[in-house]
Amino acid sequence: MEKAREDFLSEAQELVDSLSRDLLVLDQQTRRGDSDPELVNDLFRAIHTLKGLAGLFGAARMAAVSHELEELLDDLRLGRVELGVKVVDLLFRGVELYGLLLLAEKGEAPEPTRVVEEFLFRLGELTHQGGTGGASQVAQYEIDSSILGVLTEYEEHRLRTNMKAGVSLYRIHVALALTTIDTALDDIKAAARPLGEIITYLPSGSGSDADRIELDILMASHADLDGLRAAFRGLDVAVEAVKKRGGGDSSAVARSAQTPDPPQSPARSSPAPVPAAVPDDGLDEAVVTPWPADVALAPVERAATASLGVAGETTGSGLTLPPAFPPVGADGAQGQRDNRDLSLRSVSQTVRVDIRKLDNLMNVVGELAMVRAAMGRMTERVRAEPQLRAWGSELHRLQRTFERHLTQMQNGILEVRMVPLGQVFEKLARVVRQISREHDKVVNLVITGAETEIDKLIVEELSDPLMHMIRNAIDHGIELREERTLVGKPAAGTVALNAFQKGNHVLIEVEDDGSGMSPERLIDTAVKRGLLKRSEAEELTTREVYNLIFLPGFTTRETATDLSGRGFGMDVVKTNIAKLGGVVDISSAVGIGTKITITLPITLAIISVLGVEVHGRSFAVPLASVEEAITFDESLVRNFDGREALTQRGATLPICRLSRLFGLEDQASPPGESRARRHAKPCVVIASVGNRRLGFVVDRLVGQQDVVIKALGKSLKSVRGFAGATELGDQRVGLVLDVAALMEEFLASDKERISEGARAR
Amino acid sequence: MRRVLVVEDSASTRALVKAIVEDESLTEALGEACECVEASSGFDAMRLLPRGPYALIISDINMADINGLELIAFIRKSDHHRATPLVIISTQTTKRDVERALVLGANAFVPKPFSPETLRKALVNQLAHVG
Repeated sequence: MEKAREDFLSEAQELVDSLSRDLLVLDQQTRRGDSDPELVNDLFRAIHTLKGLAGLFGAARMAAVSHELEELLDDLRLGRVELGVKVVDLLFRGVELYGLLLLAEKGEAPEPTRVVEEFLFRLGELTHQGGTGGASQVAQYEIDSSILGVLTEYEEHRLRTNMKAGVSLYRIHVALALTTIDTALDDIKAAARPLGEIITYLPSGSGSDADRIELDILMASHADLDGLRAAFRGLDVAVEAVKKRGGGDSSAVARSAQTPDPPQSPARSSPAPVPAAVPDDGLDEAVVTPWPADVALAPVERAATASLGVAGETTGSGLTLPPAFPPVGADGAQGQRDNRDLSLRSVSQTVRVDIRKLDNLMNVVGELAMVRAAMGRMTERVRAEPQLRAWGSELHRLQRTFERHLTQMQNGILEVRMVPLGQVFEKLARVVRQISREHDKVVNLVITGAETEIDKLIVEELSDPLMHMIRNAIDHGIELREERTLVGKPAAGTVALNAFQKGNHVLIEVEDDGSGMSPERLIDTAVKRGLLKRSEAEELTTREVYNLIFLPGFTTRETATDLSGRGFGMDVVKTNIAKLGGVVDISSAVGIGTKITITLPITLAIISVLGVEVHGRSFAVPLASVEEAITFDESLVRNFDGREALTQRGATLPICRLSRLFGLEDQASPPGESRARRHAKPCVVIASVGNRRLGFVVDRLVGQQDVVIKALGKSLKSVRGFAGATELGDQRVGLVLDVAALMEEFLASDKERISEGARAR
Repeated sequence: MRRVLVVEDSASTRALVKAIVEDESLTEALGEACECVEASSGFDAMRLLPRGPYALIISDINMADINGLELIAFIRKSDHHRATPLVIISTQTTKRDVERALVLGANAFVPKPFSPETLRKALVNQLAHVG
């Protein structure tokens, strides 16, 4: 049942998405003044399905909304309500509402009770003003009841509409190989489209043939019989004009479909024997007759078909071939045999995959990457042996091929995981509209780079942080209209949401043209809330001052508003982004605006690391944050306020001795390591996150590898500074450094506490 | 093992029906387990019908292309399935269509939305006396 519920939510979402797309098309059509009945029917069917789903899964409000929308669409498709801009607007509103309702179903938002009631009221006004359009007067029907009996109400309506317009009805008989049915149907639909409307597909034949099915396609068309036959030439179909009830000569029908004929049909065949299973109560023979065993067509018609040469063309000598044995040319039969092995082909070309399955696949790729690394080392060793040279180069070639395919596989999986950021941005656009309305501020949202792709898992985690940031931008950033006009800014504020890729990172900027942040005010607030001592404040750089807003409990608001200023938000934003391996940077100018930049890795699935050794132990530094590695020269180290630093290309680079930070200095090296250490050349791995740089002093560089990070167990979860553990290929487990966290803690100047903490662990 | 064909264009409704059909409580009631065969459209059903027999067929009405009524008519005149119990699942709004389905030879109608218990009862009713 859980699985079914998950399916429900994703199917409902898909339906709503397709509704939204169809509505856009309908909107355009309405503005042009035409409408495609099939589109309205698609909308109806989608809503109908949604209603069924909502009911099944206990989503009462969604069911209620769907029920009313279904009524409206039913009225529309049955011509009881006129399609106009007002109706389309209401339908759009409905789609918006579905979004809210789905969120509520997922438990991510409260039930939009009030909005639903309001919407239902407006819908009610519309649907109940529609007159009674004399809907179901089946009795007047001129079509053989054998056809009528299996039409749904909608199909019947379409039929009636066409008959009213004087359009002729045709029956197109076709036998389709199951193997090629989808393409064959597409061909038929394509041929039919310019000439009229397909009302329905009636399966015929005995159903005992496992390889093919026979269909009678009921089609309404302005074209005459010859025109239709010409259109379907080459498609192995037999086209016949459909007899009206009581109609004698079929060509007369084709000429004037509206001529009222005597109700009694001489050509009508007797109904099929009613199966035993049919309940005999409530059976109304006069109105509904079961589909007869034989197609109710005069033999004359078939002869006409053949003598006109359409069927003859494809069958050669098949002048008397009845439709039950469809005209199949030699080529057609060959084609069917060739395609037989495709038989159970699915209709849809897409699959829905749980992201966790992709994670598992990625894990396997990670393992393979490790195998590759180990193999690489072994290959190098074999190649180094002179007597094994031939094997060595063979191995080397294999290794290269393996590597290439593995990379392809890895890229393939990564590609599948990628989704455009537009998915989140769309949601945010709605939020902006809503917030600015509530706040009586006019805010334009400008989005760029919505097509930028990023790991699906990251996208999922992004919407909340981004929403907080945008709320902050509107609530704290954008000034009230009067204030803006006073300082000469346009009354409408702008929030820009920019995304772009930069190397292995995706950058997302939230930028507003509001009041900006005043460093003094931030400091005052932090001091007032006891988050900072006045004496400390003087030593803070501007960057550090801005970062104060990430402190838990920081707010500049005296009273909380609905939107933000409740003292949580930005610290949560930062934590959430950090969990994704990203960092947040702020720049702001008083009176001009604030820009917050999130830097994120493109994927969480696999990372490239630089393997290093510290005091005989293996560590890995994510390559994404490594700028370069240089040789460490002890004599160049200078001391600033108890902090060690190097001067590199004119800039000061603070350094962090990992052996000291991790408290390894006073521990004995693992056996066998002392010799290696003596020969080791210490290096500085220069890491950068955002605009901050830090040099990690290590004993040795091992090399670059692609690894899958395994999270630390629950008991070690609280340890900061490590992203997880990984196997480094030579059967050694190494810790992967969380550079951003390490850097933050180290540069937060309280290094004493960190090193003590590390020792304690 | 009895095979039940479910014709329904909504994937989640199919998933729900499948869960009910393959649930142990139905197995207990019938003394035999049921296996669900899923068709996502009328055409899909046409493909799967020759691969019968099926102990029972469950079908929606409102489907694109071949609709449920056409499917019922077809099933009722086919050699293999003319006596197979047929249960319709559809919404109440399509009352006329439902009546038509029963006239065409459907054995029972379970209105959507249904509780698992309602559908289970209908299935037991249809399957128990077929043996």
